[in-house]
Amino acid sequence: MKILVPVKRVIDYNVKPRVKSDGSGVDLANVKMSMNPFDEIAVEEAIRLKEKGAASEIVAVSVGPAKAQETLRTALAMGADRAVLVQVEDGAEVEPLAVAKILKAVADEEAPGLVICGKQAIDDDSNQVGQMLAALLGRPQGTFASAVVVEGDAVVVTREVDGGLETVKLALPAVVTTDLRLNEPRYASLPNIMKAKSKPLAVKTPADYGVDVTPRLKTLKVAEPPVRSAGIKVPDVDTLVAKLKEMGVA
Amino acid sequence: MNVLVWVEHDNASVKDATLAAVTAAGQLGEVTALVAGAGCDGAAAAAAQIAGVGKVLKADDAAYAHALAENVAPLIVALMAGYDAFVAPATSHGKNVAPRVAALLDVMQVSEVLSIDGPKTFTRPTYAGNAIATVESSDAKLVLTVRGTAFAKAAATGGSAGIEAVSGTGDAGLSHFVGAEIAKSERPELGSAKVIVSGGRALKDAQTFQDVIFPLADKLGAGVGASRAAVDAGYVPNDYQVGQTGKIVAPEVYVAIGISGAIQHLAGMKDSKTIIAINKDEDAPIFQVADIGLVGDLFALVPELTGKL
Repeated sequence: MKILVPVKRVIDYNVKPRVKSDGSGVDLANVKMSMNPFDEIAVEEAIRLKEKGAASEIVAVSVGPAKAQETLRTALAMGADRAVLVQVEDGAEVEPLAVAKILKAVADEEAPGLVICGKQAIDDDSNQVGQMLAALLGRPQGTFASAVVVEGDAVVVTREVDGGLETVKLALPAVVTTDLRLNEPRYASLPNIMKAKSKPLAVKTPADYGVDVTPRLKTLKVAEPPVRSAGIKVPDVDTLVAKLKEMGVA
Repeated sequence: MNVLVWVEHDNASVKDATLAAVTAAGQLGEVTALVAGAGCDGAAAAAAQIAGVGKVLKADDAAYAHALAENVAPLIVALMAGYDAFVAPATSHGKNVAPRVAALLDVMQVSEVLSIDGPKTFTRPTYAGNAIATVESSDAKLVLTVRGTAFAKAAATGGSAGIEAVSGTGDAGLSHFVGAEIAKSERPELGSAKVIVSGGRALKDAQTFQDVIFPLADKLGAGVGASRAAVDAGYVPNDYQVGQTGKIVAPEVYVAIGISGAIQHLAGMKDSKTIIAINKDEDAPIFQVADIGLVGDLFALVPELTGKL
């Protein structure tokens, strides 16, 4: 079985995003960029399935600027076998619906048994691509996965839902989206980073797949969230108890 | 505008998150509530009483028992022929179903809507709530998920909508519900709790977390939450996690104990009405958002506080 893993190049999760003063977006100039953390978990899960013998080949795919090649090389260094970059102009934002359409076309070509996506990208926080891709493929979806077990021609997915966990069994091919606790991604070793440089990486464009990436949503403004101002510090528990009583909580 | 709202329910009653979605939908136009379930007469009757709901559509079929997206999305897509917008609460069910609907309608969904600024203009959080984007949709129809804490809850009673039965294509045969482990707790759910007591990594281990946090929560009748660090360290199960990647909460009072206040945690609780923080580090970022702060050793202060309440 082949596994397709979409990955996105995003602002590193340790960097505090700064909104541009003209309100046009978030300043990404000279900011450290990395693979979306949920996508790292997806790559890791695919590698583990391959190590268990449930998968034979892992194809990483990214829709992004030329620099997203670095993100794909990271996936290759972790253990993916080959990569496809669907390249767009630097700075172009491709919305989840268009990404899902491109991935649908890639999936039609590659015919994977599983597509494992991160549940959301930490930049636009949309949480849509996996579900949209499953819809366009007419296949089932196991979102927010905390466990993935391939059983013959089905995959059993434990999902993190409000209040606990839910388990579903999906007919393959299927789309799975990862939640945080699915696994802890490995670090690529130096020899594997070197090896990744010679793994195949194909470069395509959205036009190659006949997908129009014109945004449907127009961003009118991007602003900092309202700032909460610091309140008071109380000297001891008695003062805190008095405050709680004032508020009618205690 | 005719708006179809996804009702989150357990077949017998309607979940609170639905009420905020009804409020949001009401700002767009006429509200119809969709109750898809199995043996869901109770939920349909409850939905009909929500203030602002004009009509209830009830789709009662074994295929809809567990809200499997593969089964309910085609039902919603078929119904959307008569509606201009689909609104779902941004719960785990809503987030699972809505994008599937959007893709089938060829609509770019607007996720986690915080406010409705015009018929096609919305604000939504990006970058873990660090940047609020105002977006305008150019699609013919709208698909939205709305953040429950950003809209007032519609009154659960007072309405008297008619209930109309609808049917869909049933089971798509792609997915099966195997089971669920929903944590049962005497304490209020995080989503609806008026008071929440949360603990962080400073609580040391699972036993200490229980010994320190739970008695205070019990005294206050509070729900219990945790930071991602505490969850990752295994002090409490993952459904306790408050934050951008966990639950987004906005109680009357949020008590953060031994939580430093990482961006990802603040994104999940900064809309709380009053924030109280207890932390030994007086420079911890949590104090920048706290209304009332108490600096000191939580292992001494929290038991003292519990004892004096």
